[in-house]
Amino acid sequence: MVNGNPIIEGLIEAIELIVTLNPQVVEITIRSLYISLTATFFAALIALPIGALIYFYDFRGKHAVVSTLQTLYALPTVIVGLVVFLMLSNIGPFGFLRLLYTPGGMIAAQTVLIIPLLMGLTVSALSGIDRDKRYTITALGASRLQTVITIIAEARFAVMAGVLLGFGRAIAEVGTVMIVGGNIRGATRVLTTAIALNTSMANYSLSIALGIILLAVALGVNIALSLVQRR
Amino acid sequence: MMAIIEAHEITKVYGNLRVLHDVDLSVGKGEILALIGPSGSGKSTLLRILDLIEPANSGELSVFGIDVVQERGRWLDLRRRMGMLFQRPIVFNASVYDNVAMGLRYRGASGDVIDRKVKEALEAVGLSRYIKSKATDLSGGEQQRVALSRVLVTDPEILFLDEPTANLDPTSTATIERIVTGLNRELGMTVLISTHDLSQGQRLAHRIAVMIDGTIAQTGPSHEVFREPKDRRIARFVGAENIIPGRVVSRSNGFTVVEAHGRQMLSATPPPAEEVEMVVRGEDISLHRREPGHEEAENRFPATVTGIEPTAPFVNVTVHCGCDLVALMTARRAEALGLHEGMQVWVSLQAKAVHLIARGGKDR
Repeated sequence: MVNGNPIIEGLIEAIELIVTLNPQVVEITIRSLYISLTATFFAALIALPIGALIYFYDFRGKHAVVSTLQTLYALPTVIVGLVVFLMLSNIGPFGFLRLLYTPGGMIAAQTVLIIPLLMGLTVSALSGIDRDKRYTITALGASRLQTVITIIAEARFAVMAGVLLGFGRAIAEVGTVMIVGGNIRGATRVLTTAIALNTSMANYSLSIALGIILLAVALGVNIALSLVQRR
Repeated sequence: MMAIIEAHEITKVYGNLRVLHDVDLSVGKGEILALIGPSGSGKSTLLRILDLIEPANSGELSVFGIDVVQERGRWLDLRRRMGMLFQRPIVFNASVYDNVAMGLRYRGASGDVIDRKVKEALEAVGLSRYIKSKATDLSGGEQQRVALSRVLVTDPEILFLDEPTANLDPTSTATIERIVTGLNRELGMTVLISTHDLSQGQRLAHRIAVMIDGTIAQTGPSHEVFREPKDRRIARFVGAENIIPGRVVSRSNGFTVVEAHGRQMLSATPPPAEEVEMVVRGEDISLHRREPGHEEAENRFPATVTGIEPTAPFVNVTVHCGCDLVALMTARRAEALGLHEGMQVWVSLQAKAVHLIARGGKDR
């Protein structure tokens, strides 16, 4: 009776798929990592300097900007997917780039998705440098630029933790990649969309295999996070 | 002595909170000045303003003879001639070496100079073995010594110390005090230290400034501040146990006669007003089993012991003689007198030890 259970069978087959490095599993995993890592890289490139600017410059409405960013941490992925889809479609302003249903479009969508998170976490990482430390830097004779550099260097681990969290959010989300990527086999299919599709097709073993890999990536991110935070 | 810092009517406001007002202070070159006062009296804020870490809201300030209110553009250069050590040990998430090198790197010192100075400074505070350790792994006392070396390698002409030993063990405190007094004696470094520890202020400083409620209430040599506080708040802060309201009735032979609770007392202070308060330090009051001779002190009267409170190695003895007086004596002396509650004793008190302040007068 146990042998007939499709869940147990699926689990056993899933482990086989991973151990034997099934080409489809490997391909989807590599694509997923490539898209989310690239998106995290671009998001960091944009969000870290802007986050630092928000922290270092006093301007009217600064508090509102930071609150808005924090609200956008929970931005629904399908909303981002919809907006980016419209932007990249033929009727949108960026239709000419022909990025819809390509990995490039998915990278753009995930970049947009995690920019608020990275920006907000950069601001809070820098805010974590307490007043006495900033006084100390000033008292030691730092110029304005030297102060900025010292504070960023001091907050490096907290900033890195923010980037890791951003990557975790990107690789685990399904909304934007489904809408913008279209889940095309061999082209835009990633871990999350493949799990969604194969589960609805009762292809449990492949789903479970991809699920295990996704969990392993999440676990890896968490281990890296705790290592960084211990510094 | 040339004034290296000259502050006049400094005011500082945070939001609705007035932290400093009417602060006048002059610090001589080569002087150690202790800023004493209760927590929250504005000592730290004043030090930050003098070190040009933040600007005052109003007032005049000159440092090294330069009017810093006019010359905002020179703050960085001036700040680089000063240094400050904070109350909480502050180290950065880097090696001890990199921590100590920070100020020198900001000043663009060459690698060789940095290397030599950092090693010398760590040697001086006894932390050479930790040169490659991560600074955040050290104990609080060690971190504070790292912070001190980090300030000292920049050879400041004025050193600000903001309650530098408030969180430290006695050994680290002694090390820091020894280094600071040494630098002052050998290099003529000007030192401003804020502390709520009266004995530390007395031990280190040439002069004391008492800060109360956001302003400097009195400045002078420590014995003067301790024996002749200008008003009630200062008297309380410097630990005068007895503040007794009275009334000046006459003046004779250089003494002021004050009546309090039906008893007349002699004071060597000229009367500041008619309504006065007598400020008497507990250690200036002597208790005797028999009536002492007139050579002992000008004020002698009988009293009853009403309370004995040990504060090792001393005891506070409360006696009643119309009003309550608290006498401070060694536990050994109290034992020798065989003091117990209800016992009749004689009190003797020199006229010089009875300091008079105007009653109700709070201002300078």
